[in-house]
Amino acid sequence: MQSKKLVAAVALALGGAITSGAHAQVSGNVVKLGVLSDMSSLYADIGGPGSVAAARLAVEDYMKSAKSKLKVEIVSADHQNKPDVGSSIARQWYDADGVDAIFDVPNSGVALAVNQITRDKGKAFINSGAASSDLTGKACSPNTVHWTYDTWMLANGTGGAIVKTGGDTWFFLTSDYAFGHALERDTMEVVKKNGGKVLGAVRHPLNTQDFSSFLLQAQGSKAKIIGLANAGGDTVNSIKQAAEFGIVKGGQNLAGLLVFLSDVHGLGLNTAQGLIFTETFYWDLNDQTRAFAKRLAAANNGKYPTMVQAGVYAGVLHYLKAVEAINSDEGAKVVAQMKKTPTDDPLFGKGTIRQDGRKVHPAYLVEVKKPSESKGPYDYYKIRTQIPADQAFRPEKDGGCSLVK
Amino acid sequence: MTEIFGVPTQALFGQLLIGLINGSFYALLSLGLAVIFGLLNIINFAHGAQYMLGAFCAYLLLNKLGIGYWWALLIAPIVVGALGIVIERLMLKQLYKLDHLYGLLLTFGLALIIQGVFRNEYGSSGQPYPITEELTGSRNLGFMFLPIYRAWVIVASLAICLGTWFVIEKTKLGAYLRAATENPALVQAFGINVPRMITLTYGFGVALAAFAGVMAAPIYQVSPQMGADLIIVVFAVVVIGGMGSIMGSILTGFGLGVIEGLTKVFYPEASNTVIFIIMALVLLVRPAGLFGSQK
Repeated sequence: MQSKKLVAAVALALGGAITSGAHAQVSGNVVKLGVLSDMSSLYADIGGPGSVAAARLAVEDYMKSAKSKLKVEIVSADHQNKPDVGSSIARQWYDADGVDAIFDVPNSGVALAVNQITRDKGKAFINSGAASSDLTGKACSPNTVHWTYDTWMLANGTGGAIVKTGGDTWFFLTSDYAFGHALERDTMEVVKKNGGKVLGAVRHPLNTQDFSSFLLQAQGSKAKIIGLANAGGDTVNSIKQAAEFGIVKGGQNLAGLLVFLSDVHGLGLNTAQGLIFTETFYWDLNDQTRAFAKRLAAANNGKYPTMVQAGVYAGVLHYLKAVEAINSDEGAKVVAQMKKTPTDDPLFGKGTIRQDGRKVHPAYLVEVKKPSESKGPYDYYKIRTQIPADQAFRPEKDGGCSLVK
Repeated sequence: MTEIFGVPTQALFGQLLIGLINGSFYALLSLGLAVIFGLLNIINFAHGAQYMLGAFCAYLLLNKLGIGYWWALLIAPIVVGALGIVIERLMLKQLYKLDHLYGLLLTFGLALIIQGVFRNEYGSSGQPYPITEELTGSRNLGFMFLPIYRAWVIVASLAICLGTWFVIEKTKLGAYLRAATENPALVQAFGINVPRMITLTYGFGVALAAFAGVMAAPIYQVSPQMGADLIIVVFAVVVIGGMGSIMGSILTGFGLGVIEGLTKVFYPEASNTVIFIIMALVLLVRPAGLFGSQK
């Protein structure tokens, strides 16, 4: 009896020594990536199935170029834009299904929830789809990287450009949740900093069909610029109905603060022409982005990639690089390694990830082409200016992130 | 300028008018639902999907065949209505003897399938559909710019709603229909083909949904979930109006459109819950709805 117990104790001790020893390992010998996105509602064309396809391409490309022996699996799920649904999927993935990292997650409300869960469970969260700058501000986490864009960058790029060209009085149409509030707040700051004035704001529920009532209020404000602090289907509907109510003919202008390629596609150039906004990726930038766009379109029903889907691709590449380098899939360690290594991918070029989790790269102020200038579907943007990486995002010290010393 | 609760009266007029416009969509859709429920006892959860089909039908007619808005207003309801007839003949017919719930489940399942197929094919971000040239532009009414298309929506919807009410409540055909739902065996004994009448009624209800879909195509995005977003509200409208009451659903549709419009001015955050609050209140006081009859 005694000896049996002793053997067991020794075995346990040995086992412990092996797992906690210098040989870090990939859990379950598989790197499991979870793409959590809006698969069926207003943001599904921004991320959604296209993000899953982008993640697949990234894994494929990484295995080929690095001749890697990693075993990688991808799972995906629909968070339905509900933080509670997203949270329970994230928990299930981390606790039961062996998922090591979650990607994409458009919808800031869901993203902030997943951000916290990922930190508690010690996994990794590479966000592409959500906008709230709080992810690298007061909610920043050693387990999170915010890849593609954020509300500060949008506000700074679009808002700054518009105020400087004379659009100095603003009225906001704001989506009533974490994302809209953050975008409104960040844009208001930029407007005021550049000497503009905010005349008012109205908050509409997420996924609203009819904006005419809100547009009428915006019209009544006499503001020169109506800032659309919303996204996806909400932005499309606001722009479409603003045209109908003669807002632009009446002398007011729309500022789409967050517009994606898929939104322009849904609006048609007749309605969307002349819109100015900020993106960090456009498929027609160079040969590499064009090649990627063709491949993704082939895998995603002919739809060209949005910046969110491009961000998922680049994020997966860099994540796998880091996992392989330290031979571990432990969340905080991988993210630390991701921050240590400069990024280099075909879509965003060379860049870095800061201590607060912010991935930095250049941004582009784009203008939507007139129908006569476009050569066909998806030929939509003219690049007006390139905003250099060091000016595109909020300075690290201003975000209030506790990781920044 | 005079003000009511801090809002200039002029702005308020504008909001009232917009409320009426949205109300006319609610009225059109709830009318179809009320007809189908009142005469077939089927809770048609596929109504939203059929509304979406109408909009897509208009979109496809324009982009594949070059057929414009006015013809689409005629063709889309016929095509989608015919599809409704097929659904009724093949599936719904089997369920009349069973509880309401079975019809609800079947149509709900159908709605999910139809929406899924379209999402797969067209994605979720919506397709553009231009306003037909005759109806573009807007008029300055002094207190607001009224887009001509929106004025047309009110007029067309009122005409259809009142026409339907008239046919069902005031004509011989309507009398047959109502009699057939009360006592099908007796009406059949008078030599009237009741099953065919029921089939056509369902087809008509579905065609109404498709008609609303074509009306909506130029102002909302033509997207697979456009109906799913609206159908819940429309069901609330029908419940408040009284399940199956045709005039009830028309009046409630317009009324709730106005109330929702005003909420968007005074407390916009609540604009998509206000209808459900009203529904809860109405159900507490009058469980059969405002215009429904207690059975």
